[in-house]
Amino acid sequence: MSKQELDTRAAKSLLAIADAWYLQMKGGEIPYITLPTRTKQNIAFDDQTEVWKYGDRESMRSASTEKSAVHLLKMAYVIGFIRQQLREDRSSTLRELYYITEGWKRAKFETQDESNYLVEDLEILADIPREGFHLRPEEDGAGVFGPLRIRESTRRGDRVLHCQDDVGESGYQIPSNLETVELLDHSAKFVVAIETGGMYARLIENGFDDDYHAILVHLKGQPARSTRRLLHRLNEQFHLPVVVFTDGDPLSYRIYASVAYGAIKSAHMSELLATPEARFLGVQPTDIRVYNLPSDKLSEKDVEALKAELTDPRFATDYWKREISLQLEMQLKSEQQAFAARGLDFVTEEYLPTRLADMGVI
Amino acid sequence: MGFDSPTRGIITTVKEAVDNALDACEEAGVLPDLFIGIRKISEDVYRITVEDNGPGIVPAQIPFVFGKLLYGSRFHQVRQSRGQQGIGISAAVLYAQLTTGLPTVVTSRTDPKEAAHRFELAIHVESNEPHIVSKKEVDWDRTHGTRVEIELRTSLSARKRLLEYLKFTSVVNPHARIMADIDGETLTFERVSAEPIASPKAIHPHPHGIELGALKRMTAASAAPLSEFLVSSFSRVGKKAAAEMGAAAGLDAGRKVKALSADELKRLHAALQSVDVPAPPAAQCLSPIGEDLIRQGLDKEFQLDFVKARTRPPSVYSGHPFVVEAAIGYGGRLPAEDRAQILRFANRVPLMYQQGACVITQSVSDVNWKQYGITQQGLPMGPVLVLVHVASTNVPFTSESKDAVAAIPEISKEIDLVLKDLGRELKQFLSRRDRRKAQDDRARAICSIIPEIAAKVSEIVEKPPLDVSPIEGKIMRRVVAKKWTAGGTVHLSLRNYTDKEVTLTLYDLSPDEGKGAAPAPSYTDRSGDDFTRVWQVKLPPEEGWDATYRGKGGGRIELRGVEDPQKVVVDLDV
Repeated sequence: MSKQELDTRAAKSLLAIADAWYLQMKGGEIPYITLPTRTKQNIAFDDQTEVWKYGDRESMRSASTEKSAVHLLKMAYVIGFIRQQLREDRSSTLRELYYITEGWKRAKFETQDESNYLVEDLEILADIPREGFHLRPEEDGAGVFGPLRIRESTRRGDRVLHCQDDVGESGYQIPSNLETVELLDHSAKFVVAIETGGMYARLIENGFDDDYHAILVHLKGQPARSTRRLLHRLNEQFHLPVVVFTDGDPLSYRIYASVAYGAIKSAHMSELLATPEARFLGVQPTDIRVYNLPSDKLSEKDVEALKAELTDPRFATDYWKREISLQLEMQLKSEQQAFAARGLDFVTEEYLPTRLADMGVI
Repeated sequence: MGFDSPTRGIITTVKEAVDNALDACEEAGVLPDLFIGIRKISEDVYRITVEDNGPGIVPAQIPFVFGKLLYGSRFHQVRQSRGQQGIGISAAVLYAQLTTGLPTVVTSRTDPKEAAHRFELAIHVESNEPHIVSKKEVDWDRTHGTRVEIELRTSLSARKRLLEYLKFTSVVNPHARIMADIDGETLTFERVSAEPIASPKAIHPHPHGIELGALKRMTAASAAPLSEFLVSSFSRVGKKAAAEMGAAAGLDAGRKVKALSADELKRLHAALQSVDVPAPPAAQCLSPIGEDLIRQGLDKEFQLDFVKARTRPPSVYSGHPFVVEAAIGYGGRLPAEDRAQILRFANRVPLMYQQGACVITQSVSDVNWKQYGITQQGLPMGPVLVLVHVASTNVPFTSESKDAVAAIPEISKEIDLVLKDLGRELKQFLSRRDRRKAQDDRARAICSIIPEIAAKVSEIVEKPPLDVSPIEGKIMRRVVAKKWTAGGTVHLSLRNYTDKEVTLTLYDLSPDEGKGAAPAPSYTDRSGDDFTRVWQVKLPPEEGWDATYRGKGGGRIELRGVEDPQKVVVDLDV
């Protein structure tokens, strides 16, 4: 969808929400909204799309109590603000929105969490991602490096960039609104999503992208929406396999899960953000043993997280059961940069080629 | 025994004297008028004065009451009394004498026709006999009563607890007027009940509750044969029970009890416990405060949103009759965050120390308060007050200092039952209150926020402004009063959504002068910088009324003429 289309659709959807309230009140009804219940209990795995979405549970919010009425009032103010913003073709960050509400008296937000949450509610109600509202997150996008050509429409006009030839050593910075980016073409065979900046830089320095025709994407920890959106589009548009390379600890497995299956907070966007075909590369517990990697003892929290993952349907495969059990047995975890213990080239010359060949990616 | 520290000494002394004064008034059927004075004499010496309008004490008895330890005339009586053991006041006399070397001054008068007598008393420590330092007849403006003045080495650092003691005493003795002058700070606890308390009657001891020592004293003083002794000296013992007891002890019914050997007495004592006898007659020897008086007492000293009291039917442990009563208070000026305040009483005396060791505190903690809508961390939390009174012919204390009631299963069961009963009442009150709050919340939401939503939404969809009064009317069925300010004009509006005609008085108080108000108010009142405009409006069902004037708004409005649940008053500028 082009930016123009998205803007038009966003404006329309928001107007429809306000119009529904107008009609409700005109008919002598208390205005209300209906939303899926946004809790863990109402997250279900959608077999067809293989991502996590909100379930069937819905809650109705009617302005019949002071709290709910104020919530609707705030929503009305935010809708009014976004309509204005769309009209003037401006944009703002979620944090700026929070500060703008300062002048809204009773509709003023108490915390930024509250305004963030309300924007997510609006995304669900309008069925429009927040980019359509011209709202940006605070976090800056992570980087991408590899044989990929894109076109970004910027304030100064369209820019066509090659993500190796036209960018610096840190790669192309993914904008927070990926809808302004068109993926033109590529000469890659696969995509590696990398948790840490250190490993991302190591692969670039060692020329891994050139040697193996790989697009490298930096996740920067728990990845931002735009990063996940990029992975989704690389996979969907170019049918490129996506592998996820993280630390070998339970919290990093969750990073993989959010790339592959989606997160609770953004379950309404899972179809756009998740890449169900993404596969976990490592560091696997097996690798810790096989390569005798430098490691740390699991903390109590790690053990708890691993046990939780054993019962998590997202990890309910033989592969994960085997690996998690092994890790619980070893009581160890390793960072991805621990490969440096075997020399700086070990990861690009030994580990990745072997592992990727095992996975059938190269 | 309550004199273990100087700070406690002052409270124990006041307490012993006040207990005696209240007991004396009760016996004579007099409404108590007490005066308690505490005056600093020197750095660490205080004079404590306690004066009552009781029946007074005959001069011959005065030296023994105040100057002999363990004298108490009520020692062997089986009935509810405050002091219960006569050690109290003479111990205070001794404590004063040991710390300051000064005698205690007692003035007493029994009748307007008799003279008042003034004694200076001390105690011979070796012989435990009273020592009369001086004695004379004096003029006194009281027609009857007793006044005690004790000077002791102590401190007033427990002032707060002392005030609490007086307050709590007043709660459970709402028939007493208590005036106090605590080193210059004067207080009056007014009486709210003009009914003197019926003095509990003494009963014979119950065979199950008698101690061996007491039995020994009773047999020594009796000339009767066993059977007759048992029937006439114990309650609920008839000829048949007496015969069974004699048989169980292996004693002949005709034996003179005076002549029983120590071993025979022991067998008799065991036999008394073993034979089934009906429970003692509790009603006449116990004097519970009663639900109404507890409520009045609490209302008087704590301003509460909710208070309920319960008196349980009398019950018995080991042959001792007892009765438990309790009350729960909520809200008002009780602190919202703290632990609940626990008021413990035994025979109408507040228990001020060792809260943690007391069966009352344990029982309060053992109740699951969460099921009654109260948070709990051991004790219940929040603006809650729990009062428990245990009255008995023999309150089982954990120790001689009489600070805490012992954990007797029969007693904790009664406390548990009464608290659960009151807990259910409290829950009902809380849920009714929450319902009312939810309704008010809804009313405010509809009348003040929905109009704002309507204005914003109309602006977004670029359609004519919405009139939301149908929503109000449909949902509220109340009278709605609103005030708002826009563009230098103050608007007032009244809408009657009920199905009856109402006659309303609207008070609008603010610094605005309100000149040119249309319609003009019925009258305007000025006080200081504020003006109060008053409109009287008759409003048929479904009708509205509006007024405007130039001004800045602010202040507040009040609506009279309809009951609270029937009206909604909103200030849209707030």
